[in-house]
Amino acid sequence: MKKVIMGNHAVSFGAMLSKAEVIAAYPITPQTQIVEELSEMCADGRLNAKFIKVESEHSAMACCIGASAVGARAFTATSSQGLALMHELLHYAAGARLPIVMANINRAMAPAWNIWSDQTDSLSQRDTGWLQFYCESNQEVLDTVIQAFKISEKLLLPSMVILDAFFLSHTYEPVDIPDQAIVDAFLPPWKAEYTLDINNPRAFGALAKPDSYMEMRFDMHRAMEIGKSLAREIDEEFGNVFGRRWGIIEPYRLDQAEIVLVSSGTMASTTRVVVDSLREKGENVGMLKIKMFRPFPAEDVAELLRGRIKVAVMDRNFSFGGGGIWAQEIKSVIYNVEASIRPVVFGYITGLGGRDVKPDVMEEIYFRTKGSDFPESDSIWIGVQL
Amino acid sequence: MSQIKIKEFVPAEEYLASGHLACPGCGASLAMRYALKALGSKTIVVIPACCWSIIAGPYPQTSLSVPLFHTAFETAAAVASGVKAALDIRGNQDITVLAWAGDGGTFDIGIQALSGAAERNEDIIYICYDNEAYMNTGIQRSSATPWGAWTTTTPTARPKSHPKKNIMEIMAAHRIPYAASAAVAYPVDFMEKVKKSKRIRGTRFIHLLSPCPPGWKCADEESIMLTRMAVQSRIFPLYEVENGERYRLSMDHSGSPVKEYIRRQGRFRHLTDKDIDMIQERVNDEWERLLRKVKESEDPE
Ligand SMILES: Cc1ncc(C[n+]2csc(CCOP(=O)(O)OP(=O)(O)O)c2C)c(N)n1
Ligand code: SF4
Repeated sequence: MKKVIMGNHAVSFGAMLSKAEVIAAYPITPQTQIVEELSEMCADGRLNAKFIKVESEHSAMACCIGASAVGARAFTATSSQGLALMHELLHYAAGARLPIVMANINRAMAPAWNIWSDQTDSLSQRDTGWLQFYCESNQEVLDTVIQAFKISEKLLLPSMVILDAFFLSHTYEPVDIPDQAIVDAFLPPWKAEYTLDINNPRAFGALAKPDSYMEMRFDMHRAMEIGKSLAREIDEEFGNVFGRRWGIIEPYRLDQAEIVLVSSGTMASTTRVVVDSLREKGENVGMLKIKMFRPFPAEDVAELLRGRIKVAVMDRNFSFGGGGIWAQEIKSVIYNVEASIRPVVFGYITGLGGRDVKPDVMEEIYFRTKGSDFPESDSIWIGVQL
Repeated sequence: MSQIKIKEFVPAEEYLASGHLACPGCGASLAMRYALKALGSKTIVVIPACCWSIIAGPYPQTSLSVPLFHTAFETAAAVASGVKAALDIRGNQDITVLAWAGDGGTFDIGIQALSGAAERNEDIIYICYDNEAYMNTGIQRSSATPWGAWTTTTPTARPKSHPKKNIMEIMAAHRIPYAASAAVAYPVDFMEKVKKSKRIRGTRFIHLLSPCPPGWKCADEESIMLTRMAVQSRIFPLYEVENGERYRLSMDHSGSPVKEYIRRQGRFRHLTDKDIDMIQERVNDEWERLLRKVKESEDPE
């Protein structure tokens, strides 16, 4: 069934179709409609779940942790300050190997208060052990929530499905809402192997001494490594069932491209248009859209970028004293490419706090990259008026 | 309570194994032993960071024979809420969810989650074992530390300058169905309260005085006696509050002088007689207030 819905409700439908059993959430703009819609779904019986209306995001994640430890499918959603408040428990959920799924709406961090799009909130959580998927359309959002549960439950690691504030969260698009029966076949009820079970009592999360902690982390690392191929397989399987595939990374018009624009989230849609128009003008340019940020698809990125002349990374985020975060990741993974065919990486900072990244901004980025042999600095800020 | 009666009352089943890691004389280990005897095997325990994170034993061991989830410091009530929700949705109605936290994890960092759970009237039992400081991190003050006490962050030159937070009043103000104070020196009373909690639905809270020899600077073998003195001197009266309004004393408190209790503990060594007189006055006032509440609820007109 096709419906015209906003990105936030695409998340809600994703969670409903995934038959989340315990939902705990706390309101924050621009996430609120996700849980409002889920409350409706729970109230009118479309979804048989326990909805815990907690007093903070910290407790929302704690409730999900408790529920997941019993073996229930747990879901929450947040944004920005709420995500930051959860930080401790994001580590906890991953370390406890709990397959919780959460939607995060990318919103800028305060101060100054700003409710608009900016990736610094979720990218600040990159070392917590959560998988991260950045989505471009409402359909992708709904599909990714369903896929995320499947991936998480295989890996025993939590997943974050990420969408841009307003550009996606509040934008209405036609979305195909699949039949429950088909989703059920794709994503069967979850049966955890290790749970809080009175018939088989165990202790979870006890003190681990230096002789065992490192092994636990190594196990998480291994799961993350498997995560890349697993996400690809599950996306393929999803494609066979639902007729749609999203990939973990998308090369766009990379044939013969000498300069590659790296994009993510809704910026990728604009980048596609810009690449098309530049190609018409005879420019050798393409786009690499990266959907999966954790685990970072390092091999694919290196493979697709080797032999290019320049790469322009557009970062809607910033790590102070460091630079754009995607640019840092890309630089680090292409370090293993032979120096003679390793492209020069230009890091551009753009669109912070919801500032529009229009086609002319991207064209400026392209021509600046084309016109210089080396970046003038590690991070080039676009459009800052001082 | 005579020896024989206790034997009759206390089930033989053990849920706490020997080899746990509590210090000698620790009230918290005894308390867990009694609580689980009262609750039985159909119990899931949630423990945030506190001495009990250590007492339970390191990975891959556990000293409890019921499922145990170790969680972050401030999350006992929220994690327990999630556990309960998951059990409900999966149709396991007869499992008791026990959140078990220290005074720091309850009075201070965990109070938001606890208040949230109490407001939602989550169907959980929350037991706070109160040893009156952050013992796990080496005896720092908490808001449960009594006025005048030494801790490593309230040295004797500047001992604790505020009275203990009244957690029972806070919980009673949430109008939860059941709140009670208890002490490890009175195991039958404690276990009766735990058993009663098990029969009630909604949020149940037990504030348990739990001695800590290293933190109180007392002899290991004196800890139970001291706890009894705290109760008898009315520093830590034992009572129940139902629905936030029905107050009932759990036993006769003789009203022995607080001085005997204070003078036996190194953490109060620096206090002058005048200080102790002041503590006695405060204890008397609090006791009068409590009696008034007990009387009001006996006689609602
Ligand atoms: C967020 C956070 N802050 C601080 C700590 C360090 N910490 C662990 S246990 C503890 C004290 C616990 O005190 P209490 O709850 O009174 O229990 P007790 O140790 O006395 O049994 C502290 C401060 C922590 N684990 N997490
Ligand atoms: S420090 Fe105190 S509370 Fe902690 S285990 Fe030892 S006696 Fe018990």
